[in-house]
Amino acid sequence: MFLNNSTLKSALGAIRGYMREPILRVKNLTTRLQMGQHAIAVVEDLSFDLHPGKTLALVGESGCGKTLTALSIMGILPHPPALHPSGEVNYKGKNLLFISEKEMRGIRGARIAMIFQDPTSALNPVYTIGSQLMEVAELHLGLFGEEAYTRALKALTEVGIPSASERFGDYPHQFSGGMRQRVMIAMALMCEPDILIADEPTTALDVTVQAQIMELMRELQKRKGMAILLITHDMGIVAEMADDVIVMYAAQSVERGNVLSIFDHMAHPYTQGLFASRPALHKPKEKLHSIKGSVPPPDRFPAGCRFHPRCPYAMDKCFSGDVPNFLIGDHPEHDAKCWLHDGSEESALKLKDRKDRNER
Amino acid sequence: MSGIIRKIAGYVKALDGVDFSLKQGAVLGIVGETGCGKTTLGRAILRLVEPTAGQVIFEGKDVLKLNRNQLKEFRHQAQIVFQDPLASLNPRKTVFESIGEGLRFHGMVKNSREQKERVAEVLEWVGFSPESMLRYPHQFSGGQQQRLCIARAIVLNPKFIVCDEAVSALDVSIQAQILNLLQDLKQRLSLSYLFISHDLSTIKYLSDHVVVLYLGHVMEKASVRALFSHPRHPYTQILLSAIPKAHPSENKERLMLTGAMPSAANPPSGCPFRTRCPYAQPICSKTPPKKVVKDPSTGEENEYHCIL
Repeated sequence: MFLNNSTLKSALGAIRGYMREPILRVKNLTTRLQMGQHAIAVVEDLSFDLHPGKTLALVGESGCGKTLTALSIMGILPHPPALHPSGEVNYKGKNLLFISEKEMRGIRGARIAMIFQDPTSALNPVYTIGSQLMEVAELHLGLFGEEAYTRALKALTEVGIPSASERFGDYPHQFSGGMRQRVMIAMALMCEPDILIADEPTTALDVTVQAQIMELMRELQKRKGMAILLITHDMGIVAEMADDVIVMYAAQSVERGNVLSIFDHMAHPYTQGLFASRPALHKPKEKLHSIKGSVPPPDRFPAGCRFHPRCPYAMDKCFSGDVPNFLIGDHPEHDAKCWLHDGSEESALKLKDRKDRNER
Repeated sequence: MSGIIRKIAGYVKALDGVDFSLKQGAVLGIVGETGCGKTTLGRAILRLVEPTAGQVIFEGKDVLKLNRNQLKEFRHQAQIVFQDPLASLNPRKTVFESIGEGLRFHGMVKNSREQKERVAEVLEWVGFSPESMLRYPHQFSGGQQQRLCIARAIVLNPKFIVCDEAVSALDVSIQAQILNLLQDLKQRLSLSYLFISHDLSTIKYLSDHVVVLYLGHVMEKASVRALFSHPRHPYTQILLSAIPKAHPSENKERLMLTGAMPSAANPPSGCPFRTRCPYAQPICSKTPPKKVVKDPSTGEENEYHCIL
């Protein structure tokens, strides 16, 4: 059997996955933005692990801090207004938040890659996609000329671009949206990174293209043992791809757990609201559950539980003070930042009320 | 379609032989992916784009043959809400000006006071206080801006509104708010909608009947119940199987689409879907037959265009 680098990597990925040793450990990550006189946290005290071969979904709507989390990990926050994040982003024994830019450049794009919602803005319009791919090969893999070309062509073929050699010299605008997304994925995966951060990778795409891209990511993940941090607001994509879930609201993690546990025992009212907003689950013509109000901007986060002004089950204790994380049911890894789960009598009554409402 | 040198470079048939009807108080969903012609369809009906051939019959008259005065009256009755609310609102006009402009133009109000009253009324229907009319579009969020566009669409008391991907650019929970609003207004004001979307879940929620388009051709036309439970056309089946799962443990069999969308400037002969259809036969290069299927329980007639 010919043991090449790729096979070895997959084997190692599989073994690592089996041993469940995380490839990335984020601890107490906090990112602040300078807003006038104040430094406001837009990512607050976030902790999670990424495991090889597994997908963690970071769920929330616009303004919750999920993209900024990704940018913090990648070290590409806009300075100003972003201030240097605090906490730990541990990768292979190093805290990425405090290594040199030179060292980070060796990791960014090569070991930890990111794909964005809008492929158009990630691709340079005045260079052919072939040359952009070859640039990645040169910068990160030390390949030049013929070798770079072969590698780039292989990457394009792997993501399913038909007639890859003919399209090599085409410009981004000559591709459809779905194809551009694939090109971006090809660029991200050329170096066979350990971690892929995908920020709303399919939002702008048709549903059939979305299915193809998700299939592609899953397949590549299986083959290369890659860990995926998937950022999305769509619970359907979470159901399709995620192994674990973190729900974010107003810079904080409000619920986290294994995907099955989250779907079966959804605890936080915001998570329930997100889930219930999808029309697919309802019988037609029934009023859709929508969360009243809107996401508060960072300089106007409510006191106490940040969700309480929009929560149908808010109690007095929700109005002030930090909310602890409570364990949900028997699941050691499922918790929610919500007073409804503190085990008190008042909460029990509210939970029963919620259960009755949901069942009606 | 002309190039920079003002010569006709070629023709793109955005729509080819599309026909359907919409009853009063009903919602017709138009679903299809990028390039299928659904946006062109919405605009062609309102003559924002001039159709090359065919008829658009509204209240007994062919819209395509109306003169300027008649067209003005038609535009009073038929409105549109676009995908990008910020792009649809003039940033230099206050909410009052944007919404109230049409009232004067169509002579629906006699003076400023009546104009203000009417604008306040529709603002309330879409969930805003009257004070909002003094603000500018950029002072509102995306979902709020879309509600303003809806207010503008209903202020003239239209019979019919084209919703062109009206919720696609919004977060999921805001989508829900807007869909609820559309449903509400439909009932309250006896509106009919042409609801254009690529998102099958919203189509399913809001529509009574659905037309599935591919490269300008109708693939299937059916009641929403029939379409989602027994899709007949292979393309519809693939579209439905592409919808993400509702639960992680769901075992969903996926029919994958192969190949790429053909160019609209050079579509395949016969059935345009044949280049990617898993069941394509040589005979598909000829125009596919229209098959009408009668639903035994409801008596409704649904149709699809396929040899199968």
